[in-house]
Amino acid sequence: MSDKKFTTLVSTCVPLPIENIDTDQIIPARFLKATTREGFGENLFRDWRYDSQGKEKPDFVLNDGQHQGEILVAGKNFGCGSSREHAAWAIRDHGFRVVISSFFADIFKNNALNNFLLPVQVSEYFLEKIWVQVKADAQVKITVNLESQTVSLPDGSSDGFDINTYKKACLLHGYDDIDYLLSMKEKIRDFEDQDKSGYLSTGKMATAN
Amino acid sequence: MSKKTLFDKIWEKHVVHRQEGHPDILYIDRHFIHEVTSPQAFNGLKKRGIPVFNTKKTLATADHNVPTKDQHLPIKDVLSRFQVDTLTKNCKEYGVELYDLNHPFQGIVHIIGPELGLTLPGMTIVCGDSHTSTHGAFGAIAFGIGTSEVEQVLATQCMLQYKPKRMKIEISGTLGKGVLSKDIILYIIAQISSSGGNGYFVEYTGSTIRALSMEARMTICNMSIEMGARGGLIAPDEITFEYIAQDRQFAPKGEALEQAKAYWKTLQSDEGAEYDAVLYFDADDISPMITYGTNPGMGIKIDGQIPTLSDLKNEKEHSSFINSLKYMDLEPGHALLGKKLDYVFIGSCTNARIEDLRLVADFVKGKKKAEGVEVLVIPGSKQVEKQAIKEGLDRIFIDAGFDLRNPGCSACLGMNEDKVPAGMYCISTSNRNFEGRQGPGARTFLASPLSAAAAAITGRVSDVRDFM
Repeated sequence: MSDKKFTTLVSTCVPLPIENIDTDQIIPARFLKATTREGFGENLFRDWRYDSQGKEKPDFVLNDGQHQGEILVAGKNFGCGSSREHAAWAIRDHGFRVVISSFFADIFKNNALNNFLLPVQVSEYFLEKIWVQVKADAQVKITVNLESQTVSLPDGSSDGFDINTYKKACLLHGYDDIDYLLSMKEKIRDFEDQDKSGYLSTGKMATAN
Repeated sequence: MSKKTLFDKIWEKHVVHRQEGHPDILYIDRHFIHEVTSPQAFNGLKKRGIPVFNTKKTLATADHNVPTKDQHLPIKDVLSRFQVDTLTKNCKEYGVELYDLNHPFQGIVHIIGPELGLTLPGMTIVCGDSHTSTHGAFGAIAFGIGTSEVEQVLATQCMLQYKPKRMKIEISGTLGKGVLSKDIILYIIAQISSSGGNGYFVEYTGSTIRALSMEARMTICNMSIEMGARGGLIAPDEITFEYIAQDRQFAPKGEALEQAKAYWKTLQSDEGAEYDAVLYFDADDISPMITYGTNPGMGIKIDGQIPTLSDLKNEKEHSSFINSLKYMDLEPGHALLGKKLDYVFIGSCTNARIEDLRLVADFVKGKKKAEGVEVLVIPGSKQVEKQAIKEGLDRIFIDAGFDLRNPGCSACLGMNEDKVPAGMYCISTSNRNFEGRQGPGARTFLASPLSAAAAAITGRVSDVRDFM
């Protein structure tokens, strides 16, 4: 997790051709009781990966011995459901640095970017292409280039992906949102002092009596 | 002047700084935190050696992992206790107000915000929980965030956000008997799928919405996230103002309330304002709903049939549909009506407010739960619990054989002891039917509080209209 930069990655991948993978599948709620960001990889896809006795399910892709790498390739609408950032931590902690899908849920996408895990949204067509090629050869290497915003396969085919210029710069240079926000502290203080969001925003909260 | 949507108006009022190519710096009026998604954010502050920017705008409660029995005793589960203790420690150290298990205001974060008058029209509200969308019912921009973003808000009272697209969902007409707001939202999600709102912030309008109580509106906004939308909001009106005026601890009162109302009345979308997408629904088409699958978009009329493969428009959905039915042990084309149940869960930020409990109590009064079905009633907050007891609802539940417990998120996500055992069927008033959501291997049918009440009495999936 200390790796706070992303430029290019060439890696084999783990294919998970399932749509609507929600964050409860990525990391079930009962494993959210830690108070640090580390160690969630152990329980990544817990109930798909292990049976109720804690034994590995041999047919699940992370256990089949065929597939590994730093890229997870998943079906449409990946990361829907709960806002738990633990999902992004678990994927990162397991060793993935990129998730490719044809669609990401909003909150997950933000959480991933905030953890230097790159969500790469490709076309349905290109995603299909990846499935086919990985099925034929588990060792096929995918290249993800953040600078050029492209993802390519060894046969020369490629697809572009979107990322906002701000987040792209954050990933390329390894800085985060809080660094940027803290640099704007004076502006924020002014905004608050002038109560620009409406008089209610200064409403006395809390101290119950 | 260009015409603006309500969403635009609130958003623009909260932009501290806008820079080409950058997300907006958005000021946050209310920040709610809880034990599960905040500890790592406080660790971040510690690491940077910085304080909470404005302690008056963050409020904490313990809800996600807490037991719903014997809340006056120390939490038995070691990890849960440590997480709650960490919240207590962090709140004390950083000066954040906390409603812990011993506090009369404790409860599910999205229930206590509105009931305490902390959620008000025109605000921006965030919390490290996707169901923060609930607060949109007041005409606020409210959405769930991740822990890194919780840290941003603690550190600067702001977050970096790109403005989402705007969708209008208009629902017109009068609801049929036995149809609740939960059915409206389950119906909409079934129509547009669990990703149909992705990238959008929804405004709900129309005569059907206008006729709903605040609590019913909250149920709709609550589940906006289940169609992938960032959030949902409803323009405030007299019903909103009346709710706020009901002696709510932190709401403005007297002259301040009148002033506030004058501003709140401006919180409407302009006539002719443009949306990026507009959808229309007719209340006549909406029946009591139930889900059969493993995402909230897999819903049908309670007296309908589970679809078959040939009913699915998109061939790509086939494999997830098949997997889903396999997990649920259900057959395509079959009806759910009459399906035997093991559990009934009445609770969660979707449906555990006092009106929900009243509806259930009114239905079950004088009846007994069916043999072999376990019925859990988890009030949304200490205040809801207190009110229920005051109204004698507790007696009705106990006489019916229901298990009435203390407030918390409970079996909605099974972080505490309240879990549905593997392979068992539960009809639930909560918001998610994902695999394992209510416990490993648990099978969830999402439905309204009335449908849950009917199921509790018959022990089977039942059409509440048959009892009316």
